[in-house]
Amino acid sequence: MAIHRSVFLLAGAVAIVVAPLVIPGLGGAFKGSDDLGTEAIQEAVPGYTPWFQPLWKPPSDEVENLLFSLQAALGAGFLGYVIGRRQSSRGNVAGR
Amino acid sequence: MHIMEGFLPVGHAIGWFAASTPFVVAGAISLKKIVRERPEARLTLAATGAFAFVLSALKMPSVTGSCSHPTGTGLGAIIFGPAVMAVVGTIILLFQALLLAHGGLTTLGANVFSMAIVGPWVSWAIWRGLSKLGASIGVAVFFAAALGDLATYATTSVQLALAYPDPASGFLGAMLKFGGIYALTQIPLAIAEGFLTVVVMDALSGRAGKGDEIAFLAGETR
Repeated sequence: MAIHRSVFLLAGAVAIVVAPLVIPGLGGAFKGSDDLGTEAIQEAVPGYTPWFQPLWKPPSDEVENLLFSLQAALGAGFLGYVIGRRQSSRGNVAGR
Repeated sequence: MHIMEGFLPVGHAIGWFAASTPFVVAGAISLKKIVRERPEARLTLAATGAFAFVLSALKMPSVTGSCSHPTGTGLGAIIFGPAVMAVVGTIILLFQALLLAHGGLTTLGANVFSMAIVGPWVSWAIWRGLSKLGASIGVAVFFAAALGDLATYATTSVQLALAYPDPASGFLGAMLKFGGIYALTQIPLAIAEGFLTVVVMDALSGRAGKGDEIAFLAGETR
């Protein structure tokens, strides 16, 4: 049986993400592009102060990480549920 | 692609809200219609939202030495058309603005325009175009998702260049500068998003490469 194309595609995605971390010569501080964009604005307009502040900010990086993980976990959990349901219902049909 | 809270001039913020609102309203109407007419599509619809939820939370390292996140809006745009993704993307961006202080309420209009409108429409157009040219489903979905992702970040660069043109080199110079931060970083990540979109599409349908894969996911065939 041929290997499912998903295996190659997943391996490719992992390689793309890992490459900058392990290949010498690449890499850097790995700051977020959104933060770099914000910094570029502050460089372009020195002294720029945002005219509106977030209503609520995570009190620390840990809490922010928690919420980002929660976002990914909720999405992945539900996605896994749907995929599992689809696959098992297909299995039932084949088994009948 | 998130423009942070308060970082767009008031006029620009209002302008992007005005540009985005009709798309979100049309998306809500389209969403209602899909849920009413194709109940079996509801699960797939929720799964495409979940996919975008996951991918937009993952900040990945790029070859430029900075990190960025994919958008995940291509999958839903391919299966259900680009309109519904305006609603899905808005929900995600609201979640991030309110709970993560990532993005913002004043910049919501602009962020919705790049991630929930331009990205999905580009994905959908490329998907349709490549399918018509006879590309296989996998290839068409890959390019649709990858280029939609890239289009979102290119849009952010344009939005910021419009708001903050370079004093010397003007709009074009600013666009190159912001493009270097956003769009360049995004190229490898967009390719990764293309791969992941094909994987999830295959997993959801269980019909990898078959002609009716997308129609099945959209609830049009069983």
